[in-house]
Amino acid sequence: MTELRRTPLYDLHIELGARMVPYAGWEMPVQYPLGVLGEHQHTRAAAGLFDVSHMGQLILRGPGVVDALERLVPADIAGLAPGRQRYGLFTNERGGIIDDLMIANKGDHLLLVVNAACADKDIAHLAAHGLHPEVVGDRALLALQGPAAESALASLVGGVAEMRFMDVADLEWDGARLWVSRSGYTGEDGFEISLREDRAADFARALLALDEVAPVGLGARDSLRLEAGLPLYGNDMGEDVTPAQAGIGFAIPKARRAGGARAGGFPGADVILPELGAAGRSRRGVMPEGRAPIREGVAIFAQAEGGEPLGHVTSGGFGPSVGGPVAMATLPCEIADGATLYAELRGKRQQLRVVPMPFVKTTYKR
Amino acid sequence: MLKYTEDHEWLRADGDEIVVGITPHASEQLGDVVFIELPEVGREVEAGEEIVVIESVKAASDIVAPIAGVITAVNEALADAPGDVNEDALAAWFFRIKPAEGVTLDGFLDDAAYQALVG
Repeated sequence: MTELRRTPLYDLHIELGARMVPYAGWEMPVQYPLGVLGEHQHTRAAAGLFDVSHMGQLILRGPGVVDALERLVPADIAGLAPGRQRYGLFTNERGGIIDDLMIANKGDHLLLVVNAACADKDIAHLAAHGLHPEVVGDRALLALQGPAAESALASLVGGVAEMRFMDVADLEWDGARLWVSRSGYTGEDGFEISLREDRAADFARALLALDEVAPVGLGARDSLRLEAGLPLYGNDMGEDVTPAQAGIGFAIPKARRAGGARAGGFPGADVILPELGAAGRSRRGVMPEGRAPIREGVAIFAQAEGGEPLGHVTSGGFGPSVGGPVAMATLPCEIADGATLYAELRGKRQQLRVVPMPFVKTTYKR
Repeated sequence: MLKYTEDHEWLRADGDEIVVGITPHASEQLGDVVFIELPEVGREVEAGEEIVVIESVKAASDIVAPIAGVITAVNEALADAPGDVNEDALAAWFFRIKPAEGVTLDGFLDDAAYQALVG
């Protein structure tokens, strides 16, 4: 086994009493002394600070990169204005998903943020198609999320309040250049901030010195994104799951769909496009009755006993803000919201209800 | 006097019954507990049999019967307030068990031995 990598905030995590776990090749904080429930609630009530430095930050620059990236990602990158960011997918020839990512137009270059576990294959995939990104190796990435995120960040950094959801801007803190985006993975308003690794701990400390900011680990990051209905690569999508099946058809804009200005022209388009709005199955929200969480892999049936599984849970757990278990499952599209189904848990069938997502109201500042 | 198992349960003799819970160390390792499924009262169990499901925000785990016997009572309040385990693991008992003929608590860990185990 190769040695785990540490983020520039490793020492700070230890000092804060974090429990560290291996995650995607990195040693990351899963929780701090406040605990997963407390960190989750704090993020929904005030502001949570997350270390997401494990994620890959890639820069593409030079003539033709926009067109070249559009040949790999079914997004409208040509129409992405400077100072704006979009969600996108790397697709494969089978119509599956290689990774999901954020793409920001930084004026003279594109900044891509990719999943830690996928960074190496993404870079290889780009290279195989003639794109050679600069891998940003000397910057930490922090996320500040929650209703107090704006006021907290604005107390240290100018130009924050003016940003809208999915805006990106270069701002400054104590002489350090911050790459800021108004986005996140919790369903809350918030920001993601990239800065040089040698300033990252100081910046994190400045944020944590504010009453409304508490450190939050990967445990609460997962329960927050789950409640917000946001899919996780590797659970809710993967190389054998199409965008429609993963319930993220929204990532593919009109311009790239059949009849659009730049329809198709990306790997797997022949599979992906006809399926949009016509997939056999999709990612759905389910709420189990009772308190028992249903987790990844749990089979779902139409009946209280017997029969073949209709699908399975792709992500699930306890939703602290919901106050009960919530899950995402891959299910046939003909099953209506409100339908009653059954999860098989420890040999017993447990009733659940199919519900629209998100499970909590999102508060993005659009 | 509490006794402990290597599975991080505490055992307390009370009359001719044994009260069972999990240790503060176990509750800390589990993280916030969100669901507990208790055995049925009257169930006859073998030592090592998985009889409680405990789910934290992180994962599901099982609690085994530390000894053979019959379940005489369960702490129903835990089903509605599983977080009590994190609040005070030594107060949050899970079940009472009447030991089968000839079963004793000899051989379980005493406090010093358990503390040495979790170090």
